[in-house]
Amino acid sequence: MDISEIGRLSSVRRDYLARLAKEGKRPDGRGFDEYRPIKIEKNVLRNAEGSARVKIGNTMVLAGIKLEVGEPYPDTPEKGAMSTSAELPPLASPEFEPGPPKPGAIELARVVDRGIRESEYIDLEKLCIEPGEKVWIVFIDLHVLDYDGNLFDASSLAASAALQNAIIPNERYELGENEPLPVRKPPISCTFVKYSDAIVVDPCLDEEEIAEARFTVALDENGNIRAIQKGLSGSFTIDEIKNNIKRAQFHARNIRKLLEEENGKKDKES
Amino acid sequence: MLMKDGLRIDGRKPDELRKIKIEAGVLYRADGSCYLEWGGNKIMAAVYGPREALPRHIQDPTKALVNARYNMASFSVEERKRPGPDRRSTEISKVTSEALENVIFTELFPRATIDVCIEVLDAEAGTRCAGITAAAVALADAGIPMRDIPVACAAGKVDGMVVLDLTSEEDKEGEADLPIAIAPRTEEILLMQMDGHLTYQEFEEALELAIKGCKQIAKLQKEALMKKYESFEEE
Repeated sequence: MDISEIGRLSSVRRDYLARLAKEGKRPDGRGFDEYRPIKIEKNVLRNAEGSARVKIGNTMVLAGIKLEVGEPYPDTPEKGAMSTSAELPPLASPEFEPGPPKPGAIELARVVDRGIRESEYIDLEKLCIEPGEKVWIVFIDLHVLDYDGNLFDASSLAASAALQNAIIPNERYELGENEPLPVRKPPISCTFVKYSDAIVVDPCLDEEEIAEARFTVALDENGNIRAIQKGLSGSFTIDEIKNNIKRAQFHARNIRKLLEEENGKKDKES
Repeated sequence: MLMKDGLRIDGRKPDELRKIKIEAGVLYRADGSCYLEWGGNKIMAAVYGPREALPRHIQDPTKALVNARYNMASFSVEERKRPGPDRRSTEISKVTSEALENVIFTELFPRATIDVCIEVLDAEAGTRCAGITAAAVALADAGIPMRDIPVACAAGKVDGMVVLDLTSEEDKEGEADLPIAIAPRTEEILLMQMDGHLTYQEFEEALELAIKGCKQIAKLQKEALMKKYESFEEE
């Protein structure tokens, strides 16, 4: 995010965070390798074809899925298409402004999109209606409601959870009965930031604001790498990058478990 | 046929509201916030301010600006909406700002702005009324001094009968829609829009019904605000 450019944090607070980091501590008492509590709620909207609200600490993101019938891309005439956008409305933070998506929002949407696309989470082959003519287009819209850091992981998780319960609205287009959107295993995104020689997972807002460098990796169910984004003007050493990925493999397993538990719960209810 | 045996398609009586749930103080970053469910509508409202109005040339040296922004999430309607403002949401933002400004003691905060964000997450007719009702709770939650807590509700005409709080079918197929916002203490009208076809008698009846609806909702707004502070006490 380029939100840190505004420099909301006072120099006293910056020094404090740096001093804490030297002692191996973080401002909210977490260890360097600890996520804030994660809460996933699925199927929270009526008009969306799928939806989920994810909280990571105080950060809250709502993902809504819409499907429309459209033309396929010329190079993939027998495949459905997907499109991801993110809105950072002024509701979510005093620093967000109305207007067209800024680079930060576009980067966020594209990183989430890459994780989903490259892990082939949505089975786009099954979304063809008439080859070359009509396919389903899956719109993933991320609506940030409360911004307290780490939008990448919250948005990716919200998108994954929302797609898991999405339906194909065949009835609305008079194409038969509604059916579940065909999905495979979701990608799990894991984000780190570096400040004062510390590298911490799941940065809160204050940490993002003093971050020198950011690293996001999306992993599939085998722990293989499907998407990466390094951000901000600072750098990582090669060893730091390798270490980040190994740490992410551990976190992704836990987050995946959480998502699957939530999925099991919903299946039993319905 | 939208009315059968004196009841409406969703089984409500002509003067019955849809189910409403209001929660105050739900967001961490905002100075005040409110989550509201009203029938199939789901609304999140947040207030920021009073804070310095920027750029400086928009500042008013005599009072604060009240700047409401009504926005629909792209997935809040059946056909995906392109993100960003359109003519409809721009108009709603304008009349909402004006309605809210009426009750706020803006003269206490010269050169400031009070920003009100209304996000429609799920829509089912009557989003502007739901938005104003939620925004009013968020303003109170933010501690903005107001002479009353505004509240909004619509009445309309369906199958020749005046009814309260239209659903989407009633809005589309019915004969008239009259959304209003009031200051419930004095019954002053802060917002009024209407489209359709009403006789003067029907208008009077619809207005009276809408005001009755507003007063019921005003109670729910106050309960939601009280509840937030009750939960503080328990802690």
